[in-house]
Parts: sequence; structure tokens; C-alpha cells
Amino acid sequence: MSAFYALLYRDMKLAFRAGGGASLAMSFFALVASLWAFGIGPDLVLLSRVAGGVVWVTAMLAALLSLDRLFQADYEDGSLDVLALSPLSLELAATAKMTAHWLTTGLPLVVLSPVLALMLQMPEAGYVPLVASLAIGTPALSGIGAIGAALTLSIRRGGLILALIVLPLIAPTLIFGASAVSEAIEGTGRDAIAFMLLGAFSVAVVGLSPFAAAAAVRLNLAN
Amino acid sequence: MAVSMTRITVLANPKRFLDYSSALLPWTGGLAFVLLAVGFYWALFETPPDYQQGQTVKMMFVHVPAAWMGIFVYSVVAGSSLGGLVFRHPLADVAAKSAAPLGAAFTALALMTGSLWGRPMWGTYWQWGDARLVSELLLLFIYLGYIALWNAIDDPGRAAKAAAILALVGAADLPIIHFSVEWWNTLHQGPSITRGAIDPSFLWPLAILALGYTVLFLWLWLIRMRTEIFERRARSLMLAKGA
Repeated sequence: MSAFYALLYRDMKLAFRAGGGASLAMSFFALVASLWAFGIGPDLVLLSRVAGGVVWVTAMLAALLSLDRLFQADYEDGSLDVLALSPLSLELAATAKMTAHWLTTGLPLVVLSPVLALMLQMPEAGYVPLVASLAIGTPALSGIGAIGAALTLSIRRGGLILALIVLPLIAPTLIFGASAVSEAIEGTGRDAIAFMLLGAFSVAVVGLSPFAAAAAVRLNLAN
Repeated sequence: MAVSMTRITVLANPKRFLDYSSALLPWTGGLAFVLLAVGFYWALFETPPDYQQGQTVKMMFVHVPAAWMGIFVYSVVAGSSLGGLVFRHPLADVAAKSAAPLGAAFTALALMTGSLWGRPMWGTYWQWGDARLVSELLLLFIYLGYIALWNAIDDPGRAAKAAAILALVGAADLPIIHFSVEWWNTLHQGPSITRGAIDPSFLWPLAILALGYTVLFLWLWLIRMRTEIFERRARSLMLAKGA
């Protein structure tokens, strides 16, 4: 297990010291959320209606940002081969990398989301559901994202393909997450179901994706 | 099970597959032509117009089998991928790679005819309230991602395995995607005209057309698989010459 934490710690350190860390994803998140306002117009009534969905879609895009280097950098400099030879199973190594990705990308987005919701005039009833749904849903983004990152690690300009692969697969996260927020704001009482579905999807993804990601890493190392 | 397994194992030899498939090609092609001709004639000229939808209902005969094929072909891709990953069947990745663009084409056809049908029925080309159409759209994106992954990885062996893993992840996720879209629709009001029960007089031409689409797929699939095998042979010959 200490190898797991060592890898997690290393990836976090790399993200903060060399990859711009959390601030990069947060800046992108804030920038794109403001672009929405420019695109839609300064109509506060309209903005408050779409705020929840806008923040969710923007968070999804921001989570994609740092994915393409998740395995690729280690693949290129050979550390992925060393990882594969180490006693730590590739499944656990993939879990460590997913966790590091969530801690440096997902969690900062969760923290920043109320500020963006405030700028977009989201109704008050939506704040807790927004933060909670992002906290529950973003691990699923990191999980499926890790599968996509592992599948595309040998492609030099794989960023676009990664997005094309990952985005349709994580559509349920967005549907359940954004619905949880909008149903809570409208007070229909159906937000509880949305939260349960979001949680179920997220747990299933986090539990299963390390196996798919590890299989994808293995096929790229086997030669 | 034992019989079907040996049959599939027999086809593991590409030479034998080429022999079998060349014998099958004219039959599947001819059968597809006959079934589609009979089915479309029956559907377009021998069925009554719908009391509510008029002649527009006949779009259904093009649309519904295409939508079915979009899903059916994905299961073929996923099944072949499983056969390639688990049983290492040498033709499995050829089968999966050749089927995917056909599935994408059927899905695109279903989307186009669906939106053309929607224009007079819903008053709009695109209705987010129709869960089946929205699911088909996401299915099309999954096909496109799958095809893009095949094309982006240079090494054919690696590309095959990566695409197979993606196909299986997609197969696990697709029912959830469909469920989530359907559930999302129950939150918002659905379309004003739903597709109701099918009149029995429509069922026969629809069944014939569904069979016709399937045989058409088989025919095109065999052609594409043969082309892929010939391409691989040509590539290895070129490599042998160059070295």
C-alpha cells in the first residue's frame, strides 16, 4: 500500500510543480464559465435558469484538460515500464493516478463551483446540490477519463480523440448531475433520485475503470 | 455450443474464410436485393396511409430497421472485440473493424430519417424529448470515437486491442446511457406525438425490411472483411519487399 501512496504523492507533486496543478484547471473552469455569459448575454433571468447546467458542462470540459498526459508522460520517459515491473499491480497504479487526477482537477472544481454559480446568478436552492453533485460525479469523470487516457497514450496528438471517446461515455454523469441541481431548484422532490442514480453510476465507474485502464496500459506496454 | 465453436474456429484460417465468403457473397447480395425490393414495394405501395400521420408514416420503414441495425451492429462489434481479446480469434479484430463504419452509417441513416420524420410530426427537425433519437445520437458519437481510435494508432495489433477495450467499455455503458436519457425525458415533457402501437398490416413489410437490412449488412460486412484481409496481405508483401 505504501507504493500506492508514493505513486499518488509523486503524481500530485508533478501536477503541482510541473503541470500548473489545480490553478490551471480552475482558471480554465472560471474562464469558460464566463465565456458562457458572453455567449448567452448579460440577461440575469436567463443566466440563472441555465447556471446549473453551464457549471456542470464546464466542469466536464475542465476535467478533460489534464487527462491526455495522465499516462502519456510516464509512457514516454519509461517510468510506466518500471511501474509495470513493480510489485504494485497496474490496477492499483491506475487507481492512484485516477485519485491524483481527481485531487488536482475534480476537487478544485468542486471548491470553485459556488463562486461561478454566484456569478451566473444561480438560485440559492441550487448551491448545496451543485457542490454535492459535482463532488459525487467528478470521480466518475476521472475514472472514465483514465480509461480514455490509457487507450490513447501512444497517440502523439491524442487530445481530440480522447475527448471524442470520453465525452459520450460520461453523458450519464452530466444528465444525473445537472438534473439533480435543476430538480432541487424547482423543488420537484425528484433530486433525491437523481443523486442516487449519480452515486450509483459514480461508484460503478470508480470500481470498474481501474481494470479497463490497466488492461489498456498493459496492451500498450506489451511489445 | 461445441458445433458453433468449431465452425468459428474453422474460420480462423483467413484463406478458408476467403473461400467461404467468396461463395457466400453473391447469395447474400442477391438475397438483400430481393428482400429490400419486396419490402420497400410492400411498405410504400401496399400499406395504407396512417390516419394521423398520412404518408409520413412510411418513413418508419426506412427509419426503424436502420435504428435496429445501429444497435445490432454495435453488439456485433462488441462481440467480435470480446472474441479477439479473450479467445484471440485472428479474424475477430478484422470483423470488428469492418463492422463499425457500417453501424455508424446505419445509425446516421436512422438519425437523418428520424429528424425528417420529426419535421412534419413534431414541427421540428430535432426533438430532444425523444429518448430513442437522443440515444442513437450518443451511439453515433461512440462509433465515431471507436473508428477514430482505430485510425489513430499506427501499430495494427495495438489498435485492435485498444479498440476492443473501448468497444467493451461502450457496451457496458450504452444501456446506462440509454436509461439516463430516458429518465431525463421523464423529467421534461415528452413529444406531443409519440410512436404508438404498430398496425398489424405494417408488421410484415417491416419484418421483411428488417431482415433485408440485416442481410445487406452481412453482405457489406463480408466485402469489407475481405478487403481488410487483402489490404493486410498487400501491406505485409510491401514490407517484405522493402526489407
